Amino acid sequence: MLIRKPDDIPSSEITPEGLYQNRRAFIGTAGALALGGLAAPSIARGLARHGEVQEDKITPENDATSYNNFYEFGTDKEDPKEQAKDFQPKPWTVNVEGLVKTPRAYAFDDLLSKLPVQDRVYRMRCVEAWSMVIPWQGVPLKDVIARLEPLPSAKFVEFTTLYDPKRMPGQRRAVLPWPYKEGLRMDEATNALTLLATGMYGKALPNQNGAPLRLVTPWKYGFKGIKSIVKIRFTDRMPNTTWNDANSSEYGFYANVNPTVDHPRWSQAKERRIGEFLRRNTLMFNGYADQVASMYAGMDLRKFY
Amino acid sequence: MRRWVRPALWVLVIFPAPMLVAQLLLGQLGADPIDKLERLSGLWALRFLIASLAVTPLMRLTGWGWLVAERRFLGLAAFFWAMAHLSVYTVLDWFFDWHEIWKDIAEHLYITLGMLAFVLMIPLALTSTKASIRRLGGARWNRLHALVYVSVIAAGFHYVWAVKKDIAQPIFYGTMIAILLAFRVVWRIQRRSSARSVSGSVS
Repeated sequence: MLIRKPDDIPSSEITPEGLYQNRRAFIGTAGALALGGLAAPSIARGLARHGEVQEDKITPENDATSYNNFYEFGTDKEDPKEQAKDFQPKPWTVNVEGLVKTPRAYAFDDLLSKLPVQDRVYRMRCVEAWSMVIPWQGVPLKDVIARLEPLPSAKFVEFTTLYDPKRMPGQRRAVLPWPYKEGLRMDEATNALTLLATGMYGKALPNQNGAPLRLVTPWKYGFKGIKSIVKIRFTDRMPNTTWNDANSSEYGFYANVNPTVDHPRWSQAKERRIGEFLRRNTLMFNGYADQVASMYAGMDLRKFY
Repeated sequence: MRRWVRPALWVLVIFPAPMLVAQLLLGQLGADPIDKLERLSGLWALRFLIASLAVTPLMRLTGWGWLVAERRFLGLAAFFWAMAHLSVYTVLDWFFDWHEIWKDIAEHLYITLGMLAFVLMIPLALTSTKASIRRLGGARWNRLHALVYVSVIAAGFHYVWAVKKDIAQPIFYGTMIAILLAFRVVWRIQRRSSARSVSGSVS
């Protein structure tokens, strides 16, 4: 497969070629790792039967960039692509605040400069029970955090999306309490899987997918992946998060993908992979249990949903 | 005008179906076409259900008694689209996964209400013929068909709770349902008070 590298993508955002070409192998490895002893050999090729473990094929780029939950640009899935097409994601400034050695504002490029961009193919599971497989490009959040030097007292990280109803027309209606906020516990933020994404499918992040900078936590429901981040704040208290503020009985702080805990309105046991007909079983922690389950050892995941 | 109403309604009822199929084949239903078909078929069912509820107030306001036949037609149209909606849910969305379907109906109130709305429409659809009206007698037939009020309320809540957060659309349809039901409540109160005044004058 030929991966084109358009000239307008800055070199910092170009995926290492080897990694990109190995993405198939990466999915296989990630899947095998994730499924562990359960089903490692059955990363099946071809059509698997109903409910069996199936191959992770990369979602067509057009689907991943035209089917978006990004209420800042409208509440219909098709809205963000249309409403965000004139959005200018650069120049972009990220404010770093709170329990950190030097609180300051970073220009987008300064925040990420010298950190090598990595390629990560992750499953993404939406709380609405659909899923995709997306090749992201970005920087592990732990590397960014290491540069920002939070104080030892910092226990959580809070992220905030841009609030600008002029540029984000969806914010003109109070569908959610704006601006959108999300948060992670420090161990979740520094987990090896956690990515600050700057691109997908080998291109700069499209506006509707959260340009220029978004969070990707593949073992959590999609809404944790806060888009268009303008603020990173370190804190010693669990931060408020937007969906939890809007409806705490349905959306918790953790939002870990968990087929055994239903959303009050939607079953979470199965999901439809975009582009497929039959639903497939949802995997615990979206199939990344080996990498993340230890962070929640001893926690009641029904209570801390 | 009367001549045009029925053909126009036929077009209105049937037309969305080939439109949706065409959009599906042309790939215009987005990345999750099953979800879209499910939502749109349900929306058409609700629209025709509301339209059938609008007939009686319209008859009263205009004095067009012949509309009564269109009321049954619109009710059947709602039933047709509700069946389409249920078929999309059963076949396309869950592909006869009865275990999950049963769990969904039993555990999620909005699915329970959707099923209730549909089940209540079955006896109404079955008794929509003139022969049934004759057999049951007008009064009993009318009493049976009052079930549509329960059905439409269940359908309205089914819609509100099917939406994740932005309930502007369900509120719009819900308001229409509330207005159309309010007519009935007002009539009932009027009827009762006029009956009282009649009996008062007798005594």
